[in-house]
Amino acid sequence: MKKSAALLSALAIVLMPALTACGGSKTTTLHVFAAASLKESFTTLGQQFEKDHPHVKVDFSFGASDVLASQVDQGAPADVFATASTKTMDLVASKVTGRKNFATNTMEIAVPAKNPGHITKLADLTRKGVKLAVCQAEVPCGTVAATVFANAKLKVHPVTEEVDVKSVLTKVSLGEVDAGIVYVSDVKTAGDSVKGITIPNAVNAVTTYPISVVKDSDHTDLAKEFEALVTGAAGQKVLAANGFAGPA
Amino acid sequence: MASPALREVGRSRDRTPLVLAIPAVVATLFLVLPLVSLVVRSPWRDLGSLLQEAEVGQALRLSLLTATSATAVALVLGVPLAWVLARRRLPGHSLLRALVTLPLVMPPVVGGVALLYAFGRVGLVGRYLDLWFGITIPFTTFAVVMAEAFVAMPFLIITVEGALRAADQGYDEAAATLGASRLRTFWTVTLPLVRPSLLAGTVLCWARALGEFGATITFAGSFAGSTRTMPIAIYLTMVDDPRAGTALALVMLIVSVAVLLLLRERWWYAGDRTSDTASGGSR
Repeated sequence: MKKSAALLSALAIVLMPALTACGGSKTTTLHVFAAASLKESFTTLGQQFEKDHPHVKVDFSFGASDVLASQVDQGAPADVFATASTKTMDLVASKVTGRKNFATNTMEIAVPAKNPGHITKLADLTRKGVKLAVCQAEVPCGTVAATVFANAKLKVHPVTEEVDVKSVLTKVSLGEVDAGIVYVSDVKTAGDSVKGITIPNAVNAVTTYPISVVKDSDHTDLAKEFEALVTGAAGQKVLAANGFAGPA
Repeated sequence: MASPALREVGRSRDRTPLVLAIPAVVATLFLVLPLVSLVVRSPWRDLGSLLQEAEVGQALRLSLLTATSATAVALVLGVPLAWVLARRRLPGHSLLRALVTLPLVMPPVVGGVALLYAFGRVGLVGRYLDLWFGITIPFTTFAVVMAEAFVAMPFLIITVEGALRAADQGYDEAAATLGASRLRTFWTVTLPLVRPSLLAGTVLCWARALGEFGATITFAGSFAGSTRTMPIAIYLTMVDDPRAGTALALVMLIVSVAVLLLLRERWWYAGDRTSDTASGGSR
């Protein structure tokens, strides 16, 4: 009995702020669909946005750009949409408005901290027995990685083609593969479990990130404000801190 | 088998109350409508050419191969375990039973993560496989079989165990009295007694293995030809080429119908049949 009473009061204490927040004025939820590689920077920006708009909650759905594009196309409740390539944004051209490029990204080799495959350069990835993870060809990170290998005239044999860039990074940080091809920004935000090996500019490839407001959005004004935050000085600062380059 | 008199009584009370009929109809629609829609929306005209694409055949072949291998593994390892669970009283028996059937209720993706931590290259066991034998399991077809067996084997174990528990042990004892060895009794008396359940369990296990997605993509990754099974191929294709994805989905639906046909003895006539042992006769 005592225990359940204690539990109840604990629950009341936990729920109180939430309840009072609801009582004051209605909370609006802004749904942002964004490429997996934007996870860290957009999460930071979302917190800033919530701070500036006390009654707004920003909800993110991070994933493969092409998967998200098909969800937006099918009418998923997105207000803002940001992808990791212009091609994936083209897929929903008729459903979005106010499209702007806000960042670019290049590729890097990610290896586990201990570098079990002794990878030092791109050509090492073709070595027999080296386990390589890439994004599947349909996802921007897979397309860009393929361009990099074509530029370097290398033929690689990955052991797995993952659904998005964060899945590649996970396989690397778990040590299940010797290397993965991910974005520069992913290595920057991955922490100590992953080490980055630079791909020379001569063969590296660039992808451009567009952001748009979804036409069907119920909160177009808020969505525009979020887009302005991302494309504005504050957003660019956060993106740069996370390893992104400015729009071309 | 119900007696004719009992059936008459049943028929005279045949009017279904509305409170049951309405939800029953809703349930039927809920289960059937999506499948009908899939059939309707399928690109029938291009089905032939879509299915002839190399990746489709590859994925289907891989799925059939891995599901069958996983079922074989489940039979070789799972049936003996079912026997132990049904016929032996071990210390911590109910705990053991709960543990081995846990994958039945667990999200498969959790199973994939668990497999990775056990048999991954830096996993509890996998670390030594790599160190001592240079074997790494993830991202191989073998990993797909392991993921599928992990998720599907409990279906076989539970089905066979239930049947073994219900089967009359008197026959086993009679065989033993007549001098048959334990192993011979198991092969010639115990197993034939639970044959229908063994068959149903095998088909269920195979179907579950065929549909496996979460554990496979987590533990084995996704690569055409070696680890990209049908469910993964459908998920990936639906995004970029919904028509091809739908065609793939239709193939899986057809396979499922085939499985149902195999199971018909058990499920279609569930109302007529009352016991496992009665279904041996012709129909």
